[in-house]
Amino acid sequence: MTIFTPSTEAEILNVVRWAAGEEQPLEIVGHASKRSVGRPMQTAHTLDLSGLSGVTLYEPEELVLSARAGTPLAEIEALLAERGQQLAFEPMDYRPLLGLRGPPASEAKLKGGTENSGPPASEAKLKGGTENSGPPASEAKLKGGTENSGPPASEAKLKGETEKSGPPASEAKLKGGTIGAVLAANLSGPRRIKAGAARDHILGVRFVSGRGELVKSGGRVVKNVTGYDLSKGMSGSWGTLGVLTEVTFKVLPAAEVETTLVLRGLSDEDAARAMSVAIGSAGDVSSAAHLPVMSAGKVLAGALGGEPATLLRLEGVAPSVKWRAAHLKDLLKKSVRMIDEIKEKESRRLWREIRDVIPFADGRSNPVWRVSMAPSQGWKMLDALRRHAAADAFYDWQGGLIWIWMAHEADAAALRTMISKFGGGHATLVRAPEAVRAAVPVFEPQPPALAALTRRLKNEFDPRGILNPGRMVPVLG
Amino acid sequence: MSRLAMPPSDPATLARRDRIIADLQAIVPGEGVVENENAMRAFETDGLTAYRQLPLAVVLPATTAEVSRVLRYCRDNGVRVVPRGSGTSLSGGALPVEDAVLLVMSRFNRILEIDYDNRVVVVQPGVTNLGITQAVEGEGFYYAPDPSSQIACSIGGNVAENSGGVHCLKYGLTANNVLGVEMVLMDGEVIRLGGSHLDSEGYDLLGLVTGSEGLLGVVTEVTVRILRRPEAARALLIGFPSSEAGGRCVADVIAGGMIPGGMEMMDGPAIRAAEDFVHAGYPLDCDALLIVELDGPVVEIDHLVDKVEAIAYANGATSCRISKSEEERLAFWAGRKAAFPAVGRISPDYYCMDGTIPRGRLPEVLGRMREMSGRYGLGVANVFHAGDGNLHPLILYDANKPGELDKAEAFGADILRLCVEVGGVLTGEHGVGVEKRDLMPVMFNDEDLNQQMRVKCAFDPQQLLNPGKVFPQLHRCAELGRMHIHRGQLPFPELERF
Repeated sequence: MTIFTPSTEAEILNVVRWAAGEEQPLEIVGHASKRSVGRPMQTAHTLDLSGLSGVTLYEPEELVLSARAGTPLAEIEALLAERGQQLAFEPMDYRPLLGLRGPPASEAKLKGGTENSGPPASEAKLKGGTENSGPPASEAKLKGGTENSGPPASEAKLKGETEKSGPPASEAKLKGGTIGAVLAANLSGPRRIKAGAARDHILGVRFVSGRGELVKSGGRVVKNVTGYDLSKGMSGSWGTLGVLTEVTFKVLPAAEVETTLVLRGLSDEDAARAMSVAIGSAGDVSSAAHLPVMSAGKVLAGALGGEPATLLRLEGVAPSVKWRAAHLKDLLKKSVRMIDEIKEKESRRLWREIRDVIPFADGRSNPVWRVSMAPSQGWKMLDALRRHAAADAFYDWQGGLIWIWMAHEADAAALRTMISKFGGGHATLVRAPEAVRAAVPVFEPQPPALAALTRRLKNEFDPRGILNPGRMVPVLG
Repeated sequence: MSRLAMPPSDPATLARRDRIIADLQAIVPGEGVVENENAMRAFETDGLTAYRQLPLAVVLPATTAEVSRVLRYCRDNGVRVVPRGSGTSLSGGALPVEDAVLLVMSRFNRILEIDYDNRVVVVQPGVTNLGITQAVEGEGFYYAPDPSSQIACSIGGNVAENSGGVHCLKYGLTANNVLGVEMVLMDGEVIRLGGSHLDSEGYDLLGLVTGSEGLLGVVTEVTVRILRRPEAARALLIGFPSSEAGGRCVADVIAGGMIPGGMEMMDGPAIRAAEDFVHAGYPLDCDALLIVELDGPVVEIDHLVDKVEAIAYANGATSCRISKSEEERLAFWAGRKAAFPAVGRISPDYYCMDGTIPRGRLPEVLGRMREMSGRYGLGVANVFHAGDGNLHPLILYDANKPGELDKAEAFGADILRLCVEVGGVLTGEHGVGVEKRDLMPVMFNDEDLNQQMRVKCAFDPQQLLNPGKVFPQLHRCAELGRMHIHRGQLPFPELERF
């Protein structure tokens, strides 16, 4: 078993060409923080991208940032926050749910841009991270493969941790995931319903296909329809189509203020109705979640207390947020007994905890599902499912994203049958012991024609099946 | 169409024309097949009117099953197919091909479901973009992407082209507002991507299909999300002595943390042409005119209008009017929306380009465009989606003067090369089609283009759908699939292995 730790695009090209030539399967990892998501793989070698790091372009006024794929997400978020900007799709952090130790839940990211007032309008463009400049990816390519020797053996990082042990706490902040993985896993957060996911913000990519070819797609401008959108094609591909080497994202201003309305004591059904009314109103709600009583007790260190909480997030400039909060309270007062308000720092912490599935971050490994379906159908499906299986759950995305904690078995067939019965959608088994992930389809199985198309597409990117083989669908024959 | 080479017609297909028409009539009965020359004239071109071609035959299916059977028949018989929505493409995306069946989706014109709880609308692909908004506006909702052809263009065509509009910096392109499609592959298989839920269960095929210009499949149903109409909107009409000053103002608005609903800029020639045409009250003493539209709750708009106005004057604005009523706001827009026909009045013909650039490079690009304008001896007027860097230079020419169309096209190609040179792209929203097909190598190398073509191979291995579009040279899929094996040493032989 070999662990490759390239630090340039040319080195990655070398590794993949070798692997393609020798038909040697590679596991592609960044910080390995989502390594246990997907089907278990049999790969002889690991391609570790964490050494391919550095922001290559950041122009706040152009709303664009490019970074090498192994750049820590935390480093990018900190850089953006300095200029009052953010990745609006707020990529989640899987570590708490998967039992990996991350930064303390409360403070780590609170420095985010929302507290900054934004840069002075006249300030000159900040071009590229000067500290991490290095050669731009396009120059790296010109260097060709032969002269690269890679890092000396002593520096080669050994990433053999089992999924349960996690990185040492001192390193935790550095291991919070890479920007490449943000796209490869198509991450998002509670703001998904308004701002989209990684797929909606990716502007351009460079990647090495399983054929051992360096390919670029897209660009650095927000409006671009030139050629096929391979950047979106890479989103949610979990490293099975290509090895990302550089990504370019649209970035956006962070909101000036944030507040959350907490509707108390609603049933799942009433909460679904209230969220629908709120989002369909002039309240311009950017996130809507419903925590049944068990989950409500597990966020904000129990501060929400012992009854269900339906949460509506409002962001923007101060006068607007104030008006919208009043508007929503007025709209909902007839149907809701009590409406509290959680502001600023506490509100941001709350949504980060929902984003990171803190209610189910229990250090255990029993199955947790991530289900996406039409918001109005979510609670109905869950209600029906509970007649078959012992499950706890909470809702994000107006009720369309359901995190389901199973007490015992994964119950994949029962769950997927219910989803299909209630209008369709998909379920991903994001947490389960390895043996379960080997036995149960982790990603939603596709109908035959679509499954065949998926296989053909995989074959066009990775004909020898060397990139994360079997992670999404079983390897055939 | 002097320089534009389309794939050579297949004489065998042309020779079988009667037989093919009879077979298609069996699949799509009644008036579903149009074959006589006069009737087919209506379909010989799209929004890129310089190019015309009669198809082999026109088929207008009415059901997904018919689309499936037509495509399977064509696949089995090696007949090419060009899909067409409303035919408003500005890049020739629906330009017929001599030996290809033109598959027209206009009979798919029904709205199937409106779901306010989940804020989605399910429509057939021939429904117009504006038709969706009209169906839901009574309840206070709308469909956000608003290409300027929205009164005519179909939602199926919007999916094919990933259409934008003037509000996409804030509200996104088609790709960000479509949740699902039903589509038919060239082999007749019907697949569904997405639905009323978010994100894909596997590869983001919906993301790949959106903007694929009709080369991957034929969309037969579309699910879009709708948004609550903002409570109000106000616009600022700001004059600047130079495009540099206008560009700085745009940058400062964004750096100040604001993403306005729309930001549109016009240069001197465009301002004067528009004002002469619609008398919108545009200031004529400026060289750049910026419209900034803010939408949302009234208190928010009032708050931001003041900030934008201050930024405008700080950047040397010579005038700044703020709309006081809905009529006035629409008047500000009237000139911008009429810019194309207005330019049509000052020149016998005009050619509309569509590059995108990093916004900061605007002054340089406009300067070099003026220099090119002098060199080619053709005028140019510019309208510009200032928020997202999407530039629409309108090249003025006279098609009746020998050689002027060629000159205009060469000028246009130079502009697009310049866009790429400064870090931008060939097309922001009009698509590649036939128009920019041969410029693709300016932006992409062989490896880039080959991988895009391999995506096509996964969907349409015989490459029968929309031939001659997007790719300058289409290689056979078998050839693209071949791998050149690099057998050799393990990289990093010095690394530890265990």
